[in-house]
Amino acid sequence: MAEAVAQAEGAILAASRISKSFGEVPVLFSVDFDIRAGEVHALIGENGAGKSTLIKILSGLEPPTSGTILLDGRPVRLPPNGEAEALGIVVIHQELNLAEHLTVAESIFLGREWTRWGFLRRADMRAEATRILGSLHVAIDPDARINTLSVADKQMVEIAKAISRDARVLIMDEPTAVLTPAETEYFFEQVGRLKAKGVAIVFISHKLDEVMTLSDRITVLRDGQLIATVETGDLTPDSIAEMMVGRELSNLYPPKHEPDVDAPLVLAVEGLTADGIRNVSFSLRKGEILGFAGLIGSGRTAVMEAIVGLEPRSAGTVTVNGKPVEFRSIGEAVRAGLVYMTKDRKGKGLLLNIGLQPNLTLLTLYRHMRGGFLVESSEVEAMERATRRFDIRARDASVRVGQLSGGNQQKLMLGKAMESDPEIIIIDEPTRGIDVGTKQQIYHIIAALAKEGKSIIVVSSEMQEVIGLSHRVVVMREGRKTGTLEGAEITEGEIMRYAAGLKGEKEDDDRASA
Amino acid sequence: MTVQAHEGVKPARKRLFAIDYHTMGPLLALIALCILGFALNSAFISEGNITNLLTRSAFIGIIAVGATFVITAGGIDLSVGSMAAVISGVMIIVMNSAIGAMGVGVHIVLIGCVASVLLGLAAGFLNGFMTTKGKIEAFIVTLGTMGIYRSLVTYFADGGTLSLAFDVRDVYRPVYYGNILGVPVPVLAFAIVAILGWVLLNRTAFGRYCMAIGSNETVARYSAIKVDRVRTLTYVIQGFCVSIATIIYVPRLGSASSSTGVLWELEAIAAVIIGGTMLKGGYGRIGGTVVGAIMLTTIGNILNLTDIISNYLNGAVQGVIIIAAVWLQRGNLANLNPFRRKPTA
Repeated sequence: MAEAVAQAEGAILAASRISKSFGEVPVLFSVDFDIRAGEVHALIGENGAGKSTLIKILSGLEPPTSGTILLDGRPVRLPPNGEAEALGIVVIHQELNLAEHLTVAESIFLGREWTRWGFLRRADMRAEATRILGSLHVAIDPDARINTLSVADKQMVEIAKAISRDARVLIMDEPTAVLTPAETEYFFEQVGRLKAKGVAIVFISHKLDEVMTLSDRITVLRDGQLIATVETGDLTPDSIAEMMVGRELSNLYPPKHEPDVDAPLVLAVEGLTADGIRNVSFSLRKGEILGFAGLIGSGRTAVMEAIVGLEPRSAGTVTVNGKPVEFRSIGEAVRAGLVYMTKDRKGKGLLLNIGLQPNLTLLTLYRHMRGGFLVESSEVEAMERATRRFDIRARDASVRVGQLSGGNQQKLMLGKAMESDPEIIIIDEPTRGIDVGTKQQIYHIIAALAKEGKSIIVVSSEMQEVIGLSHRVVVMREGRKTGTLEGAEITEGEIMRYAAGLKGEKEDDDRASA
Repeated sequence: MTVQAHEGVKPARKRLFAIDYHTMGPLLALIALCILGFALNSAFISEGNITNLLTRSAFIGIIAVGATFVITAGGIDLSVGSMAAVISGVMIIVMNSAIGAMGVGVHIVLIGCVASVLLGLAAGFLNGFMTTKGKIEAFIVTLGTMGIYRSLVTYFADGGTLSLAFDVRDVYRPVYYGNILGVPVPVLAFAIVAILGWVLLNRTAFGRYCMAIGSNETVARYSAIKVDRVRTLTYVIQGFCVSIATIIYVPRLGSASSSTGVLWELEAIAAVIIGGTMLKGGYGRIGGTVVGAIMLTTIGNILNLTDIISNYLNGAVQGVIIIAAVWLQRGNLANLNPFRRKPTA
């Protein structure tokens, strides 16, 4: 611990033994972290490792449950609501916080406009914006409206905004997630300039190659614990990946029941191309659970939505039970025995302000009609069936779905999907935001369905889940499939290598020319 | 798996004494209003007055049943008043010009009715098509068609009044002034439209889809609902309801002018909202709409029968009632009720 204190001494901003709990749920355990002037410090870890919580604490957006924040070596209590900007701590969030209709100059000064006698000093602010943009060597018109800029330019505006606030510590949450490779290069240059000015930079990234090129030091978090803070030069991408995962699987998962070797192919996808995805091919056998792994934004959901007809596809074929299909709506997919469960339970999956029963039957109302009229008793029966089968718990039938726990919502959605009696079930993030007990239940339900002969695709950002459930795993990166893993190859390290682009099909050259 | 008592979903317990303000509120308010009316003037309760009141409620009521579908599905239709005016105008023109070729008779009225229904369906479809396929907000589309229809009727009437030929009026008269088994025809039509509307909204997949779309359009789309089609149909239903209301309205005065149906759209929307349907969509109640329409007419009626408040303040009283009704529905009364037990942890 003496070492941590010593480290913290040269630091602008440091966290010492920071712990954080949300209610009963602990998310950070006694984490030490520090950031020095002119340094790029990468913060990495799996989804849910506690990275976002840590930067929220470092920027004052969340107070720590225990532990201290040191600014220039002195303990401070950071003010909430982003007021820490006044202390020189600026955060650039992944979803950029810019008002789309303002101009670049207006955005840079938003919230701390220069005024004289209550009137805006527009010309002065415009000149200053031009100066700052110039110092970054970016060619952005200060009068351009934000909504006319590319994502990379918007990010530059955020950076310019940070500079105008005399940022000493700049915290960036996955800054390159939305950038193309060329834009990323450009972004790296800017980071280099800021670093030369002595700005301390913290950045979160899932892309290990970037972390290796850009950072001076790396801190790895796992399950809310600090694993290590290491000089980047002492590491290889493989050793980072190992530090990020390095966990043993618990008995959360049911035993795998391998599908028959000669089980027929129920779904075959060839060269699927659509918005955000290119040339994706894979197949699914009867009774198989196929995992889809990859980082957030790697195009897994886009693949599924293109298959079921939610998004148009520009090329490729989809074959269900040997017959080529081109669904134009979810309804057609459902009729062909293919059902898709969205990862966005609240936004796309369930109607939160009504009860359970109408939600359960919404996809399959045709099953509850006689002579054009709905038969309530039939719906009630379906609800009772689903309640038993999926162990849905609600205080009583009048409860609105929005009041249910995430686990019960997920089970209700599973019930809704299974009402259509599908052959192929695509589940996107089956256990997002769900407690461990319910997770286990859902895993067992999924395994039981596969054993019954249903074919299942599980898209998940939780690597353990993919590994614990799947017979085979498809890994995606930046809209492409980078590999398919089978049997003993299915390990976290191996998936991470494909997902981070260290292994697998390299990018085509046509991307650079496009 | 841990051992847990299986609770499952229990049926909602029926509460005997607690009144569900959300569903019963509008009806209770109407009853209170009627008692007030009777207390102020006993003539309020006379058969003639009640019949008159219900008959006058019919136009707005029928239109409001259609509006319930539009609003439940998350839309709005501001054009219904103008639509009623232009349909009245065209009906009169069609009937007047058909007399020359076919002579006076019931068939002339039928031709007028057919014209009305066709126009209503077409106008509704137009609104629906532009909001769904054109991806323009319903408020803007129907604000536009509101202006278009209004100026069309002024144009057809050449700035004045379109009058139905007198001999056709005699044939057409019973549709407003007649009755079947003692029930005035407009009241009967209102009742039939309301019952059909209730069945459609509560007992068919279409009604369920309207609620789903109004509640969350994305969820509806992900649940295999043809959102555009259902939404367009709600406007078509609205158009149909306007055409039925117009068919009953034309024989009342036998004329149409630029002032026909002015502000009907707001009265219809008010009736829907007083009835407990949510303006942002997702939840609709035909029964509430019927009560809401009757309530609006009752207010005017009571003011006519008494001289406590000037009849000119009719709109003000209606406004207060609308705001109060919504305030109560938001559960504010329950918060004020001192006898309500606080939820115990």
